[in-house]
This record gives sequence, C-alpha cells and structure tokens, in this order.
Amino acid sequence: MPATTRKNFSTYHTAIFIVLLCVTFLCLMPLIYIVALSFSSKSAAAAGLVTFYPVDFTTFSYGYILKDHRFFTAFGVSVERVILGGLINFVLTVTMAYPLAKEGREFRARTFYMWFILFAMMFNGGLIPWYIVVKTLHLTNSIWALVLPGAVPVFNVVLLMNFYRGLPKEIGEAAIMDGAGPWKSLLYLYIPLSKPAIATVTLFSIVGHWNAFFDGMILVNKQSLIPLQTYIQQLVVAPVQNSADRPEELAKLSVRTFNAAKIVVTMLPILLIYPFLQKYFVTGLTLGSVKE
Amino acid sequence: MQNKLNNRHYHLMLFPGMVFLIIFSIVPLFGISIAFQDFIPAKGIWGSRWIGWDNFTYMFQLDDSKQIFFNTVFISLMKIILNILVPVTFALLLHDLMYVRVKRWIQTIVYLPHFLSWVILAGILADMLGSQGIVNRLVTYFRGEPIFFLGSNFWFPIIVIVSDVWKEFGFNAVIFIAALTAINPSLYEAAEMDGAGRFAKLRHVTLPGIMPTIVLVATLNIGQILNAGFDQIFNLYNPLVYSSGDIIDTYVYRVGLIQAQYGLATAVGTMKSVIGFVLIFLSNRLAAKYANYRIF
Repeated sequence: MPATTRKNFSTYHTAIFIVLLCVTFLCLMPLIYIVALSFSSKSAAAAGLVTFYPVDFTTFSYGYILKDHRFFTAFGVSVERVILGGLINFVLTVTMAYPLAKEGREFRARTFYMWFILFAMMFNGGLIPWYIVVKTLHLTNSIWALVLPGAVPVFNVVLLMNFYRGLPKEIGEAAIMDGAGPWKSLLYLYIPLSKPAIATVTLFSIVGHWNAFFDGMILVNKQSLIPLQTYIQQLVVAPVQNSADRPEELAKLSVRTFNAAKIVVTMLPILLIYPFLQKYFVTGLTLGSVKE
Repeated sequence: MQNKLNNRHYHLMLFPGMVFLIIFSIVPLFGISIAFQDFIPAKGIWGSRWIGWDNFTYMFQLDDSKQIFFNTVFISLMKIILNILVPVTFALLLHDLMYVRVKRWIQTIVYLPHFLSWVILAGILADMLGSQGIVNRLVTYFRGEPIFFLGSNFWFPIIVIVSDVWKEFGFNAVIFIAALTAINPSLYEAAEMDGAGRFAKLRHVTLPGIMPTIVLVATLNIGQILNAGFDQIFNLYNPLVYSSGDIIDTYVYRVGLIQAQYGLATAVGTMKSVIGFVLIFLSNRLAAKYANYRIF
C-alpha cells in the first residue's frame, strides 16, 4: 500500500484493525459457544448461563457419547465412505483429467468428451429421476450408495485438467521420447508433478464426503449404515425442528449439552485437517485460472 | 501410428469415469418422462400412464408454486447481493491491514465456516436461537420475552440469508483479495502524485481494478439463482415457516420423496433444471463476453 502520513496510519489502521478483529470474533463465536456448551453442566446450560467459556466444567457429555454405540457406528461409516469415496474420486479424477488435458490435435475425441462433461455438469434430471436410477440399481442400503453416484467429481476433473494444461508441453513430449506410454507418463510424471493440485482436489472430495448428509438420509435406512452427518441430522436437527411447532417442548429439551458434544466431535476431523485445507485451497481456487 | 495407439489408451482412461457419468447424470435425464406421467413406482416408467402436460398445468394452478418460486428467487437474490457486498468490503479492509501476521490469522479463521456442513451449523444455530440460547438471552435482557426466531416468518429468511453470508463471506473474499493484490501499485503512486486522497484512490483505482472480478462473480451467481441452498434451509426450516422459507428444492423433496407424488415433483424439478440450464448457459456466455471467463 502507498505510504501515508504517520497520523493517518494510527487512526485509520487502528480502526480497521479493530473492525476486523470484531468480524473475526463474530465468525468464530458460534463455534466457541458450542464448545463451551459441550463442556458445561446441564443445569448451567438450562439456566442459559453459558456464553464463551464452560460453566461448571464437566466432561460428562463426552463420557455419554462414549457409551453411544450408534454414534460410533455412524462415525465408522463416515470414515469408511471418506476413504472409499476419496479413493474412487482420486482415481477417476486423475484418469479423466490427464487425457482431457491433451491437445485436440493429439486426441481428436477430446472436444466430444469435453462437451459431454460440460453437459453433464450443467444439466441434470433433478432429484426424483436420480433417486429412481439409484434405487433401480439396488444400490440403496449399502456403502456404495454413498460413494458411486458421486464417483466422478466433475468440478475437480476440470480443475486438475486446467492444471495439466498449464504445464509446459515439452514435459510430456520428453517422456514420450524416453519411451514412456500414456500410463507411465501419468503415473511417474504427471501425478508426481501435480501433487499440490491433487492434494487440493482430494481434500475437497474428503470434506465433501464427510459433510454429506442427504444421500445417507434418502438412500440408507439401515441404522448400521447411516453416516455421521445423517445421524446428527436425525438426532440433533430434526427433533429441534419437530419440537419447533410447540415452543414449550423446545424449552424442556435437556439434551443440549449432549448434542453440543456430538456436534463438536463431528466437527473435529474437519478442524484437524483444516491446516492442510487452508494451505492448499487457495492454490486450488486459482488453479483453474492458469490458461493460455 | 504412435498417436493412434496413445488415443486408444486415452479412451481407456476415460472409460470408467464416462460409465459413471452416463449412469448417474445421463440416464436420469430419461427419467424426466415421469413428469409427463401418472407415475406409479410398481409399474415403472414403461408401465405408467402418460398424461401429457397435466402435471405442469397442476403445478401452475397450485398456490404453493408461486410462493415457492418467489421464496427461492428472493432468498437467492439477497444472498447473491450480500455475498458480493460483504466479501468485497471485507477484502478491502483486509487489504489495508498493515500487520501481516494478524492478516494471516484473520484469513485462517474466517475461511473455516465454509468447510463445516449445514447439519453442524444448523445444530449450532438452532441452539443459539432457541429459547435458552445465547441470542435469546440478549433479547430477553432488552425486550423482556424471547423471540421464536426459527418459527417466525419474519425472521426466518433473515436468518437464512445472514447465516449464509456468515458461513461464506471469508471464502468468497478469497477471489477479491487476489484481485486486489493484482492491482498495479504504480497506479496508486500516480494517483497520489495527482493529489488523490484515500477515497479518491478507492473510487478511481481500487474499485475499477476489481470491477471485472465483481462482474464475473455476479454473472456466474445469477446462473445459480434457482439454487437457494437446500442443505441450509432443509436443516433449519419447519412447517411453521413454509410460507417464507420453502424453496423449490425442499418442495421437490417433500412432495416427491415424502408424499410420493413423483409426477408433480419431477415436473417441478424439470422446470427448475430447464430454467437453470438456460440461466447458467446465458451467464457463462455473458461472463465469457464481459469478463473473458472460460471454464476450460
């Protein structure tokens, strides 16, 4: 920024500093509140004493979760879908992005594939036909219902493809000179070269899988196969919604601290990978902008 | 020769992905025919009776449909406007912040809510806005009695819009922060030479500098105007606020999957897909024309 006079510096810059700190605090406040609530005693929560720090500190709610088998089952399902779904997403993203990054001269069918993918990305049949297709394939009530319908993350494919297109052509040509076929160049050259880009899209797909609740809600009804977000939706969000018809019921709800603890544990994995996310996602957002 | 051989491998690489896309994106398109049927799941698409445009006529006769269309467009439009205004303001302030360390911390924190699911955030919001929550404690302090936020048709759209801005403003600011750093510093120096003050520089250098980005984001978002945020509203709403909060997607879910009126729900969904497709297509064309934007 341009140089300003000393006096201007102090007033203006202190002002924006304070405003930004307030904004940041507002951003974090709901998260601090829920953590504080999860560590507070039931009576303190019921009396509305909790703000930004635990009142009557207790880990009782977390102890309660430890006894909740359904919570752990759901947690396990979510971990399973993240690993399985993330892996499928990764393989398909790489194998699609690489050939699509080739020049039209070299790979004639590229234009056709691109239009096809663009069309699939922009136009969809809507919820009901999609649901009927998944149901007809007998995917419901299995882990595959959660990973196969979203197997191709189109957005990620386009992102990685744009990254590959930004690489110098000579790299690919050199590999061919050395006798490497397409599979070898992809495996030993392009994948290692695009590690940051792949990290970005993989993190996107992991977060997407962890956060998804809707497919678990409509495609799975066996309790042992319900992922964590769906479980939280059914146990925490839906009861509050149902009792919202009757405000007096809402007032009696005494499971608030338990629910808070469940919410905190569900957030935890995202918070743990957040440092990596934060490092890569800005790169990821600007990836698509590298064009000729 | 070599090329042809390679091409075969390229097709092979694309094959699995294409199979999935065909099954889960293209095959459902044929399911749109349900919109023209009195669809009965047991009979399937081949066995159900064709009824022409009846589902669509019925849809236009329903009072709900006008309300839902209005809700969807109203909520989206407010989100689009505020999701530009707030991030731009935030980016401008952040850009002027001198302390680099603090800057990085602030960025790290404000991006965080973007990565949390609406299930989680709705759980938190429901508690905060509930009768014993932190917000109502403030309200009772000033007003005497708590406000039933999530059950009020006045407050519900406001909460939806504000919470969405709260969740996404940091993330949405990233692109504007990038645009701000890309402005040539010599422009500021030149402006200063000409005696420009802080506001003159803002008006004549900074805003023109990020205008293309603002136009780009706005046009691309207009293409999404029929997506008012299913995950968010589904997790926050309840029957009390259907008249102000029900949107196309939540309506399709309820009518189709809960009440099993497949024909009607598909008709509504198809209507949305067609309008949405046209809007996305147009907004991409506009973005290409005025902001030099291309997906690939």
